[in-house]
Amino acid sequence: MTSRIIRWLLASGVLLACLAVSAGIQAQTDDQVLLEVQALLVSPNAPDKTVAIERLAQADHPRALEIYALLLDSKLYFNRADDFLYVIDNVVEGAPALALLSQETSLIERRRDYRRVAINNAQRTQIRRVMAQTGLNHERMEVRVGAVQQLMGDLDQDALTLIREAYVSETHGRVRDLMAVALAIDTLTSGDEAAQRDAISVLGGSLEPRGRVALVRYVEATDQPRLKTLAEQALVGIDQQVRFYKGLETVFFGLSMGSVLVLAAIGLAITFGVMGVINMAHGELIMIGAYTTFVIQQLMPNHIGLSVLVAVPAAFIVSGLVGIAIERGVIRFLYGRPLETLLATFGVSLVLQQAVRSIFSPLNRSVQTPEWMSGMLHFNPVFAVTWNRLYIILFCLMVFFLLLLILKRTALGLQVRAVSQNRAMARAMGVRSERVDMMTFGLGSGVAGIAGVALSQLTNVGPNLGQAYIIDSFMVVVFGGVGNIWGTLVAGMTLGVANKLMEPWAGAVLAKILVLVFIILFIQKRPRGLFPQRGRAAEG
Amino acid sequence: MKQMKRKLVTASCTLALSIAAITAQAADTIKVGVLHSLSGTMAISETTLKDTMLMLIEEQNKKGGLLGMQLEAVVVDPASDWPLFAERARELLERDKVAAIFGAWTSVSRKSVLPVVEELNGLLFYPVQYEGEESSRNVFYTGAAPNQQAIPAVDYLMNELGIERWVLAGTDYVYPRTTNRILEAYLKSHGVAEEDILINYTPFGHSDWQTIVSDIRSFGSAGKKTAVVSTINGDANVPFYRELGAQGVSAEDIPVIAFSVGEEELSGIDAAPLVGHLAAWNYFMSVDTEENDAFIDQWHAFIGNTDRVTNDPMEAHYIGFNMWVEAVNKAGTTDPSAVQEAIIGVTVPNLTGGYAAMMPNHHITKPVLIGEIQADGQFETVWRTPSTVVGDAWSDFLEGSKDIISDWRKPLECGNYNVVTKTCSGQTF
Repeated sequence: MTSRIIRWLLASGVLLACLAVSAGIQAQTDDQVLLEVQALLVSPNAPDKTVAIERLAQADHPRALEIYALLLDSKLYFNRADDFLYVIDNVVEGAPALALLSQETSLIERRRDYRRVAINNAQRTQIRRVMAQTGLNHERMEVRVGAVQQLMGDLDQDALTLIREAYVSETHGRVRDLMAVALAIDTLTSGDEAAQRDAISVLGGSLEPRGRVALVRYVEATDQPRLKTLAEQALVGIDQQVRFYKGLETVFFGLSMGSVLVLAAIGLAITFGVMGVINMAHGELIMIGAYTTFVIQQLMPNHIGLSVLVAVPAAFIVSGLVGIAIERGVIRFLYGRPLETLLATFGVSLVLQQAVRSIFSPLNRSVQTPEWMSGMLHFNPVFAVTWNRLYIILFCLMVFFLLLLILKRTALGLQVRAVSQNRAMARAMGVRSERVDMMTFGLGSGVAGIAGVALSQLTNVGPNLGQAYIIDSFMVVVFGGVGNIWGTLVAGMTLGVANKLMEPWAGAVLAKILVLVFIILFIQKRPRGLFPQRGRAAEG
Repeated sequence: MKQMKRKLVTASCTLALSIAAITAQAADTIKVGVLHSLSGTMAISETTLKDTMLMLIEEQNKKGGLLGMQLEAVVVDPASDWPLFAERARELLERDKVAAIFGAWTSVSRKSVLPVVEELNGLLFYPVQYEGEESSRNVFYTGAAPNQQAIPAVDYLMNELGIERWVLAGTDYVYPRTTNRILEAYLKSHGVAEEDILINYTPFGHSDWQTIVSDIRSFGSAGKKTAVVSTINGDANVPFYRELGAQGVSAEDIPVIAFSVGEEELSGIDAAPLVGHLAAWNYFMSVDTEENDAFIDQWHAFIGNTDRVTNDPMEAHYIGFNMWVEAVNKAGTTDPSAVQEAIIGVTVPNLTGGYAAMMPNHHITKPVLIGEIQADGQFETVWRTPSTVVGDAWSDFLEGSKDIISDWRKPLECGNYNVVTKTCSGQTF
């Protein structure tokens, strides 16, 4: 009995204090909303969080968007002791924690005390939908597109009204098209016959997958034969276009895979192709390049975008030096003995792998993708290419032509070609062949390191990275013709495109096998590859 | 000169001490074999389990050992080479006379060890989720069987998320193939049409996922809610998830649920684009229990790095090791046959706030947890089975094995008993 009175007294006391302190009624109700939301968000039950998100939206709370963003970025935590919400960037001992309601900063004593306010996919969709309503007028086009797509996921009357309003003032073509599709999907089910006819023609002119789905459903449901044929014709047109763009996409995938192959193989085209050294440690030189990228990112954690660019010369130098060390330490004693070279470099590759395991641990390291390399370049709803792949294709071509320039236009290139064609003659002309061997091997290794930077953006940075590419690299160089770096480019691109053309109907496993079989047959027919080297050197 | 003398004295002292230690150990220690790859492809996953075993053994020795004797770990490296697993297992049993082996990761390495432990009557504790269809007298499966991971995961997607179209993507080897066969039969028995299931296999270490992710995108744009069930293994996951992120496949549109991606694998990727994708396990590091907190603290102290994560196979070793200790105490000996008999019915706490019991079919009871990936590479549990699930050695959804049960108690003592024909085939796999 007494406890109940005390509780009542306390509650009314708090209420009075609130009334006294609060500047106005608005502020006070806000705080109540926030207190309520706080209590709901720290609850372990998922449905409570759904209610909290809804409550914020209903109250149209000024801090709603801020809290939504924090939830999406999972920066909202609660303290298990006091059940208050905190904003935390990084949960480590000693880092600041900002109380969401009181805005007071405290320091984290034990990181285990703070638990993340985790939301699930359904709640993320819920938040995105609420945010989409304001996103329709956002200044960035991508945000507006995202907002329309979010609303299209569940087209109710509220969403349609919002889109209709925004459509009037929208100026950007892509957003307008998307909005028109959204409105047409609705008209298709609710409008009169003339309106439906217009809707079909709008949807027929769009490649938006949701529009196509709406048309398919319409064909199944409608009882008007004339409109049905119209919709069917529209579908045929869409499918034709989709097929065309799918083909285009496949070619792009092939070129992108080819560019990775060329990058991985081009260093080998120099060491194996020009110098004739079977270097089984080539893959590990690529791996070292990838690890260099990782280390550079660790050194400049606040400049991820720049770090990848810095990594290119760094990886060239590091891998190049390792390559020179291998050449000086092992390979130079074994020139002219391919079998021993093969075994020795295979040994070197194992040593390098285990060294990386010891230094960096056997676990994969995480290399971040810079902002400017993520995302996609949209051509239309069914054809878009990822920026990272596009950059890698361009990067591959750049490396290729730079290398070509070095081999054809510089003194080093001249000496390299001279030594590889006739060592004795070159020496007689005053070329220090030992030094040229070293520089050539360093160049090839350095280029392998550069390939590692590109691969760090696509695949694992781990001790096994090199093994995955060594076979492919040899395949490309042999197929292209040993000693010809143009051959490497053509061979890499051909194999990439061939692989991707076969993959849709043969599957990834069979496509790989078929490519190997094809190369075996090809080498049987033309042992010197696509572009055989001619002249006396080749004969010897 | 004086310094050198001192050095010599210390050296000889340590030598004498260590010889004494060795002889002392030889006299009264129980040897425990640790058979995990420390080099080669699988080192990425298995090295951690080796460390876990060393930690558990050290902890047990601090508590006074077992049967009044100290435990001694014998660590060997099968180097991710499957036949070498069999050789190393033979060495452990014949040369080192270990009381039990904790080890193996891939199914093929387990299959390689299986005949050896059966021949020499050893004990193998296998800590990884696997495809089932096996029950050996000498193997204890402390990882999940398909009904403790794959089936509940599909139930969750079907009932909670309303998924109607399914992509079953896997690496081309025995675990994904068998799991996908079970899942396909299961989905069809729940009325999913043939054209709503897309099955795709890729080679080991596949790195170019452009076409497959693009296929998944178009498969998922047919107006029905689509999900990907991934049994993609090991290193191939990183480029797969990267490509998903690059092509903008978000978890809200097409969730991917993985059976082989845990905290350890995620620690090698930038997890921000993966937020919301799912994984099904029997343990997550983020589980909030006192046992788990203690385990994580112990792990961090042992490994000397508070950034290291814990994962599901580590919990499986924790459970398996404690079960073995309990069974040895119960039997009063480390004799394999006695331990085999004693361990059935042994119940030990797991790390998620419940208990794990060793069942007569040599599988254990486990809760099934579904977690969503968070930006920091941890999982947040979004659903869990109300109680623990008993591991089923032989799937109820496959033609050949639905009538088969396994029971290693007397008098049946059979890993492959057909309840219709009432015969024991004697084959364990």
